[in-house]
Amino acid sequence: MHKYVELENVNMVFHTKQGRFEALRNINLQVKQGEFVSIIGHSGCGKSTVLNLIAGLLEPTDGLLFCAGREIAGPGPERAVVFQNHSLLPWLSCFDNVYLAVERVFSASESKAQMRARTSAVLELVGLSHAAEKRPGEISGGMKQRVGIARALAMEPKVLLLDEPFGALDALTRAHLQDELMGIMAKSGCTAVMVTHDVDEAVLLSDRIVMMTNGPAATIGEILEVDLQRPRQRLALAEDPHYNHLRSEVLKFLHERHAKAA
Amino acid sequence: MTQALIKLSVVPDAANEVATPPVASVSVLTPAAAPVTVSTVAAAPKPGIQWSQLARQFAGWFLPPMFGLMLFGALWALVSQQSDGLPGPISTWHSAVALFSDPFYNNGPNDQGIGWNILSSLQRVGLGFGMAALIGIPLGFIIGRFQFMSRMVAPVISLLRPVSPLAWLPIGLLVFKAADPAAIWVIFISAIWPMIINTAVGVSKVPQDYMNVARVLKLSEWKIFTRILFPSVLPYMMTGVRLSIGVAWLVIVAAEMLTGGVGIGFWVWDEWNNLNVEHIIIAIFVVGIVGLLLEQGLLLIARRFSYE
Repeated sequence: MHKYVELENVNMVFHTKQGRFEALRNINLQVKQGEFVSIIGHSGCGKSTVLNLIAGLLEPTDGLLFCAGREIAGPGPERAVVFQNHSLLPWLSCFDNVYLAVERVFSASESKAQMRARTSAVLELVGLSHAAEKRPGEISGGMKQRVGIARALAMEPKVLLLDEPFGALDALTRAHLQDELMGIMAKSGCTAVMVTHDVDEAVLLSDRIVMMTNGPAATIGEILEVDLQRPRQRLALAEDPHYNHLRSEVLKFLHERHAKAA
Repeated sequence: MTQALIKLSVVPDAANEVATPPVASVSVLTPAAAPVTVSTVAAAPKPGIQWSQLARQFAGWFLPPMFGLMLFGALWALVSQQSDGLPGPISTWHSAVALFSDPFYNNGPNDQGIGWNILSSLQRVGLGFGMAALIGIPLGFIIGRFQFMSRMVAPVISLLRPVSPLAWLPIGLLVFKAADPAAIWVIFISAIWPMIINTAVGVSKVPQDYMNVARVLKLSEWKIFTRILFPSVLPYMMTGVRLSIGVAWLVIVAAEMLTGGVGIGFWVWDEWNNLNVEHIIIAIFVVGIVGLLLEQGLLLIARRFSYE
């Protein structure tokens, strides 16, 4: 299988005011093209750091990162990020927030009308055509996060990076957006890496779940294959013994073998 | 019904399915209609209540400042009665009425109406402040954006900022060899610091999340400026502008006392030489009111440009 995103012996050390802090030690991970990988672990285990490294927002202290066969040398639109707190610009409308990304990626090859059509299309994909002219302050948290996803998708990235994308949402909205995301990922065939602390979310969405040990010097503890058929139905899976087995595997890892000392 | 509602919000395709049974929609309408009629009945006597509420709100908003001003006037009258030089509020009022009945007379450079004096001062403030904004705001952006620049100019700014504005006047007189540009120079140098510093602080306070967006999108420096920095810094910048115009208006009176010419500061000093104390008190009020108007005007502009 083709290795699309690759982390080789990655170490990450932060130099803070309190001194040296070793966040990650010896991370090795390969993500295949079109695969959906979740990174799960207790808070503070450095899972967001892994994502930021792939995004290029951080540089590793040691080790190598590749994307599509090239070394990652900084952030770029081919690795789009959906930020945890959506990070929409509050002074731009939803349309303009997405258009900013579209313009950056396609202005060399497409006309303004084409780029506007592209922006409208991606807003429709996340079901927000009616709110295109609203500003982020005027829409709900779930809608903001959808705009964030639309902005990332609009760039037609090679890899979609999601940093606890639904963490700040209520359970119903979260479930709804997870279903939408599954549909979108199935359509686009995009590779995705998602950070989460929600076990159900990880099992439902992922092809593989990367479980991280507790920090400092966190590393990958185990990797769980999620061999459930797609498309997946939330309600049907709730009764599925294999789903529940996978779910309990993750829970056992998190709460038995690597329980967080309070 | 609640179940159907949840279903509706989760699966949009189910909308047609749910809408078909008419019985359900009727059963919803009847209980909903009842509270509506009740609330309209309750709303009928409301206008009366709202008027008295409005009057109370107005009194709460209007009376305390009125009491404050009256107390101030009373204290002033009391003090002026004890002192033989200080005019009281009434004689000052009569003097003000006479003064403002002809604000734009012109009897040569040393004797002009109060209107001309105010306008001349405003012009100096406008020029000095305008140049300070033109230089200070871009400088603030550069300092905030580039660590190197910030560290480079930090010692100079820390050294010059605490200097009393009037200490710059001799330098201005020396360089420009004229009083008027020297006064404008003093306004410029005293008004520039709040704008530089507030703009730079604003740039450094731009949320890292927004800058991360810029980095992931690899936006050009110009796009970063127009789409992220400028809108994000605007509130800080406006605070700097407001502080600056306050300082400029404070300093102009002192600067004009020293440089002379036409202006509210010079007028105060001239009236002191004439021992026309009523006019000095009027000038104090004029300076206060104009300063207040400048500040409020800028607040209005700031609110206009705020994205919230």
